[in-house]
Amino acid sequence: MATTSQATFRIWRGENNKGGYVDFSLEVEEGMVVLDAVHRIQATQATDLGVRWNCKAGKCGSCSAEINGSPKLMCMTRLNTLDLTKPVTVEPMRTFPHVKDLVTDVSWNFTVKQRIPPFQRRPPDSHGPDGPQWRVRQQDVDRPQEFRKCIECFLCQDVCHVLREHHMHDKFIGPRFIIHAAQLEMNPLDDGNRLEALKDDFGIGYCNITKCCTKVCPEGIHITDNAIIPLKERVVDQFYDPLQKLFRIFK
Amino acid sequence: MPGYSTFEYDVLVVGAGGAGLRAAIEASARGAKVGVVTKSLLGKAHTVMAEGGMAAAMGHVDDRDNWRVHFADTMRGGQYLNNWRMAELHAKEAPERVRELESWGAIFDRTRDGRILQRNFGGHRYPRLAHVGDRTGLEMIRTLQDHGIHQGITFHMETTLLTLLVIGGRCIGAFGYERERGRYQLYLARAVVLATGGIGRAFAITSNSWEYTGDGQALAFHAGATMLDMEFVQFHPTGMVWPPSVKGLLVTEGVRGEGGVLRNKDGKRFMFDDIPENYRSSTADNPEEGWLYTQGDKNSRRPPELLTRDHVARCIRREVKAGRGSPHGGVFLDIAWIKEKLPNSVEHIKKKLPSMYHQFKQLADLDITQQPMEIGPTTHYMMGGIKVDADTQMTSVGGLFAAGECAAGLHGANRLGGNSLSDLLVFGKRAGEHAASFATGQTAMGAPAVRDQIEQCIAHAEAPFNRGMSGENPFSIQAELQETMQNLVGIVRIESEIEEALSKIRTLKKRAAIAGVGGNREYNTGWHTALDLDSLLTVAELVALAGLERKESRGGHFRDDYPNKDAAWGEVNLEITRGPSGHPDLQRVPVRPMPADLQAAVEENK
Repeated sequence: MATTSQATFRIWRGENNKGGYVDFSLEVEEGMVVLDAVHRIQATQATDLGVRWNCKAGKCGSCSAEINGSPKLMCMTRLNTLDLTKPVTVEPMRTFPHVKDLVTDVSWNFTVKQRIPPFQRRPPDSHGPDGPQWRVRQQDVDRPQEFRKCIECFLCQDVCHVLREHHMHDKFIGPRFIIHAAQLEMNPLDDGNRLEALKDDFGIGYCNITKCCTKVCPEGIHITDNAIIPLKERVVDQFYDPLQKLFRIFK
Repeated sequence: MPGYSTFEYDVLVVGAGGAGLRAAIEASARGAKVGVVTKSLLGKAHTVMAEGGMAAAMGHVDDRDNWRVHFADTMRGGQYLNNWRMAELHAKEAPERVRELESWGAIFDRTRDGRILQRNFGGHRYPRLAHVGDRTGLEMIRTLQDHGIHQGITFHMETTLLTLLVIGGRCIGAFGYERERGRYQLYLARAVVLATGGIGRAFAITSNSWEYTGDGQALAFHAGATMLDMEFVQFHPTGMVWPPSVKGLLVTEGVRGEGGVLRNKDGKRFMFDDIPENYRSSTADNPEEGWLYTQGDKNSRRPPELLTRDHVARCIRREVKAGRGSPHGGVFLDIAWIKEKLPNSVEHIKKKLPSMYHQFKQLADLDITQQPMEIGPTTHYMMGGIKVDADTQMTSVGGLFAAGECAAGLHGANRLGGNSLSDLLVFGKRAGEHAASFATGQTAMGAPAVRDQIEQCIAHAEAPFNRGMSGENPFSIQAELQETMQNLVGIVRIESEIEEALSKIRTLKKRAAIAGVGGNREYNTGWHTALDLDSLLTVAELVALAGLERKESRGGHFRDDYPNKDAAWGEVNLEITRGPSGHPDLQRVPVRPMPADLQAAVEENK
C-alpha cells in the first residue's frame, strides 16, 4: 500500500503576531496533503495547534495558509509537490491580523462585501405559476459563472500587494471583491450600476495588473484578465471617454 | 460581572448552511430580530460541498414532470417511511424556492431556450435537478449569504453551542462559546431554529466536513425533543478510495447522470445484474438504452447506475466482497468511455464536471477524461434526526424548530440525490416563517432564570483544562468512535456487532468525561474537539440503538441477519426520547395512512 517517509514541518506558532517557527518531525505517506500533516501533528504532538479548516476538499476555502512562502489551500497541496528533503514551512496568511498559530482574522473581508451594492434584479420576462421567470442564454452567463466559482479563500487578497505591502484596506477592496462586483455587473439579470463606486469607493484604479491574484487562485479564475481589466475599461468608458464627456455636456 | 456576553433575539438560528440562512432570511423578512450562530465562517458550511443540484419539478427539460411525480419518486425512494405531508409540501414548493434563488442572484445553467437547465439524477423519473455545473451547493450558499447580509441579520461566526436553555417545556435560548477567542455567549430568544446539518463525523469514512458532529440532534435530544428514524444513515455509493488521505471524499452522482458507468475489475457493468423489482419497469435493460437516457432521450429508461443510493452502495460492496473490486478496495467509475460516443468528450466532461476533473487531477493525479476513477461507499447523509411538525417545523419542545438535515421525515429510509438542497430551502423558509410568528406571541425570559444552568455549563466546558494533558486525548477518542461506527454500525449491520458498538460507545463516554487539553481557550482545536465529543457520542448511541431495534433491511439500513424487507416494519417509524433517567427511550410508532389523493399520486406513478 502506501509508502512512508520522514518529513519536517516548520509551523509558525504564536498568538497575536508574537511567536515563531516550531519544527515537527512526522512520518508521511503517499497521497497526503499539507492539511493531513497538520492534523496529524495536532492529534499526536500539539493538541492546541490552531488551524481553521472545514471541507478538506478544496470547496470551502477555509484552510488558506502560506506554504513554503506561497499562498495555498492546505487541503489541496499534496506533499509530493513539495521538496521533503527540506523542512516545509507553514505559516498564516500575512495580510490579515493574526489570531493564533495558523488562524487569522479575516473579518475585514466580510465587512467589505457588505459595502458593495447587492444584486438588483431586473423585471422578469414572464410570470409562471411558480414565480418570476427570466430567459437568459448560456453564453451570456458563462462569464459571471466563472467568477461565481470563487470559494472566498482570500488567497488573492493575501497576495495582493496593494493590501499586503501598502495596507490600503480602507481604499481598495481587493481582487476578491472586484470579481464579486464583476459577477454582479455582468449578470444579465442585474440592473444595478456599480461603476462609480468601483472608481471612487472601491479603488479599482489602485490595481496595476501584476496578476499575482490570478496566479494564486485555486479555482483558476482569470481574475485580472476577465474581471479587473474589463471593469477598468468600463470605468474609463463611463467617466473618462472625451467623446462621451462631450456628449454628456450637450445632453 | 458574568463571564459571558448576552445577546437577545426574537429568533435565534443555529447553523448557516442552506436551511439556516433561508430560515434567517424568512424570519427577518417577517419583522423578527434575527441572530445566526455558525460554527465556521459565513459561506463555509457543508452546503457548499453539495454538487449535483436541487430537485424541483419545473418541467423545463421534460414537460411531463410535475409535483405529483416528484412526490411519488420521493416516497418510493424513502420506501414509504417518509412523512408524506413533508414530501407533499417539498414537491409542491421546491420550484418556487428555486426561482426565488434566481431572483436573489443565483446563476443556474441554462437550457437552449434560456430557462433553468435540469439534469438527471438517481431515483428521479425526469431530469429535475436545477444545477450549476457540479458546484450547485456553492451557488446556493453564496446566493443566500450575499442576500442575507443585507437583511439586518446579526451573524455570530465561529460559534459553537453547548446547550439549549429550556424552561417549562419551552426553549428560551442557548449558551455557547465563540471559537476564535474562546469567550462564552448567552443567547436569549423567543424561538430557536436548529439547522445544524448531519452526523457524518461519527464515521471514519465520510464525505462530510468537520462540523458534522450531530450538534443539533444532540442539543435537541438533551432538551427533551423526540428523535425519529435514527437508524437511517445514507452511504453514498461513490466516494474516493485513493489516496488514503482523501478516502470518503464525494464523487458526485452527476458523473453517472452524465453517462458514467460502474465496472468491476473484470470490466463488467455489474449494475445490470441486480435491479430491484419495483424499479425494473423504469430501468434500462441494455447499455445503449441507458446511454440514450443520459443524453436526454425521452423514450429511454435510466441506466441501473442511477438506481437509488442505498442499492448502488450495496452492489458495490458486494463486488468488492466477492473479490471483484479495484486495487484499492473499490470499483471503477468510468466517464472517460463516453469518448466512444462524443467526439468532444474531453471538453464536455470538463464543462459538465469541472470540480470532479479538478479534484481527481489535483488529489489523485488522475485525469477522469482519460482514465476510470476508483470509488467506494462513503457516509454521506442522515435521513433521521429531530422529529418536526410537517407544516411548521416545530419540534416536540415549544419554541424549538428544526430544518434541513438535522430534522427528519422528508426522506424516510433513503434520500434521493438533489432532494437535500430543495429540502433546505422549502423547510428552511417554513421554519423561519413559523419561528417568527411563534416569537411574536412570546415574552423573552431574563438571564437569571437560567443562571444555574449556565454555571454548570461553564464548569463542564472548563473541565478539560483542569485535567490538562494528563486527561484522555480527545482526538484519540474521536478516532476510536469513528472506527467503531464505521466497522460495526456501517453499511452492513448485524445484531452482535451493534451490541459491541453500544458497549464501546459507553466506554468511550466514560473516557470522554475525563478528556483533557492543554493551552488556553483561544482557537484551541483540541478543546473544541473535546466539547464536540458530547454530541458525537450522543448521536452515535442513538443510531446504534435504532439500528439494533429495526430487524429488517430497508433503505440506508441493512441488516445482515435480517436481509429482507419486512412488511410489518414498513408500517412503523422508530422514535427516541430522553427518558426520566436521561437514558434513551425507544418507541415504535405506526406510520399515518396517506390521504387518497396522495395515494393516487403514488399509484399513477408506479
